[in-house]
Amino acid sequence: MPTNPVIQLSEIHKVYHTGDVDVHAVRGVSLDIFPGEFVAIMGSSGSGKSTLMNLIGALDRPTGGAYRLDGIDVATLDRDRLAEIRNEKIGFVFQGFNLLSRTNAVENVEMPMLYNRRRVVRHEQKRRALSCLDLVGLGPRADHKPNQLSGGQQQRVAIARALVNQPSLLLADEPTGNLDSQTSIEIMGVFQKLNGQGITIVMVTHELDIARYTKRTVILRDGKVLTDAPVGNRLDAEHELAQLKQAQQAVKLA
Amino acid sequence: MRILASLRIAARALRRNKMRSVLTMLGIIIGVGSVISAVSITTGATRQVEDKVASMGLNVIQVYSGNFTSGGMRGGWGSAPTLTVEDTKAIQNEVDGISAISPEVRDREQIMANGLNWNTQTLGESPDFAQIRNWDFAEGSMFSDQDVRTLAKVAVVGKTVTDQLFPNIDPLGQIVRIRDIPFKIVGLLSPKGFNLWGQDQDDVIIIPYTSHMRRVTSRTFVNSILVQAASEGLIPKVQDGITGVLLARHRSLDQDFTVRNQVEIMQTATATARIMSVLLGAIASVSLVVGGIGIMNIMLVSVTERTREIGIRMAVGARARDILVQFLIEAVTLSAVGGIIGVVLGVIATRIVAAATHWPTVTPLIWVGAACVSSALIGIISGFYPAWKASRLDPIEALRYE
Repeated sequence: MPTNPVIQLSEIHKVYHTGDVDVHAVRGVSLDIFPGEFVAIMGSSGSGKSTLMNLIGALDRPTGGAYRLDGIDVATLDRDRLAEIRNEKIGFVFQGFNLLSRTNAVENVEMPMLYNRRRVVRHEQKRRALSCLDLVGLGPRADHKPNQLSGGQQQRVAIARALVNQPSLLLADEPTGNLDSQTSIEIMGVFQKLNGQGITIVMVTHELDIARYTKRTVILRDGKVLTDAPVGNRLDAEHELAQLKQAQQAVKLA
Repeated sequence: MRILASLRIAARALRRNKMRSVLTMLGIIIGVGSVISAVSITTGATRQVEDKVASMGLNVIQVYSGNFTSGGMRGGWGSAPTLTVEDTKAIQNEVDGISAISPEVRDREQIMANGLNWNTQTLGESPDFAQIRNWDFAEGSMFSDQDVRTLAKVAVVGKTVTDQLFPNIDPLGQIVRIRDIPFKIVGLLSPKGFNLWGQDQDDVIIIPYTSHMRRVTSRTFVNSILVQAASEGLIPKVQDGITGVLLARHRSLDQDFTVRNQVEIMQTATATARIMSVLLGAIASVSLVVGGIGIMNIMLVSVTERTREIGIRMAVGARARDILVQFLIEAVTLSAVGGIIGVVLGVIATRIVAAATHWPTVTPLIWVGAACVSSALIGIISGFYPAWKASRLDPIEALRYE
């Protein structure tokens, strides 16, 4: 491939020292993810997918191997530099949305810009936050607080927050875990739209039907890569949603 | 991260728990309020004493004659006739830094005028006396050097004396008799009130020391010498000079005189007030420390409650120092706002006390500043540990916190 990978994991190991027992959570994972990809990382609990997620998200450092994010060797950075990398290169979307309560949508989306090394002026912050909210279809609800929004809407705010610093990578940890199936499809639709605009997305999930909206699925077992394959007969969120609505309509008519 | 943004975050966090914030501030409010009112009241008391001491004159050095011992009986200071008018002239000529000097002869006499009589202190002084004691005239003026040379029969009188002897006529130019010698009143002193020891300073009649010594009492010695140093800084030097001159002139091994300056008198007089202010200050500082502990306690609770928020902020790129600054600013906001409210309440409390008791109170601005600065410092000190704890959180753990 002509372009350089966004994520370049080679022989990544992570060992936790808890008391007398060493827990070998990740045992030699090598993985390249290129710009524009949409990858699902799957696995049962204890497969090491959460640990791998934290490593990719620069929240944690590997105990062995090399990790290059956008060409930067992340494995050797200190806490502050890791925070900077997270701020500039990664947008997080969590299962529990993790919005600041009693803080409206725009201010939640503006929050990462508070920590930018290069300062963004106040009105520019607001402009960028609003345009990100527009992107996820929440423009009209910019001044709503999280408790005035549905789960799906809260997750959209979280996605807008993840996008506001124009990261190289959107990292989603079970983004549909707290949502019903229709809302889950809507959120996957947002991801597919963003991916269509060239944003690289890595998503951890244990739901097989959610993984079918991505382009590539990596399955982990016991801290190692079991399979790594492109998704055949990929689902299209818009199409699925239309079908679902038709089905609901049919039920109502009957 | 910008301070302004941090302030906004802090204000929002504090408003979220209004009751808790107010109760936390209460410790600082009470501490600062009691410091301000304690300082205001003791400063007022000290200032009053200082004013009384200042009414005795400016930069005054007093020389008393010595102790007189006869057959084992010791007479105390001032009993020995050791100081003379010549001593006064020697001091004036040989010691530098003197702006005014007056030999003083003291006596109590029954004086008569206007068909009335009154027993009062009769002082013999030089014309410098008015300047030394910083004493203004209500009418007329001080007698002159010429009057001193000619043993003139002129007098200046205090307010109490004129009130007693001239209840309904203008005393200026009137004749007052001391031991049946007629003295003409040339000046009326403006009232000074009571001195530190409760003495009525206005119950006095002053005549040239020469007239006093030759005409009234026929003395050859003076009771004391009043000296005014040209500035406060010159007092010790002048004092040493006087001691040197007198020792040389008296040629005695025992020092038969005492030299005291006003600074010493001031220190003695304000000692009680100073002890009070230290005591009150100490009590008030204890309540400030207690207030600081309250802030630390609440900040620790706040950090625990907001562990997840800290995790989110760290995940999106907040560095340890950003979190540290955020919580420090929150603690400082609590304590500084508490400090400002405390100053306001302290001033109000002082006003109430002043109105109720008629005590003189003075709120020194430097203490208002010090109270604000120290409450902010308390915020930094008591907020540091909780803020540091927050900044050391592991983002992964913090995000998982329920």
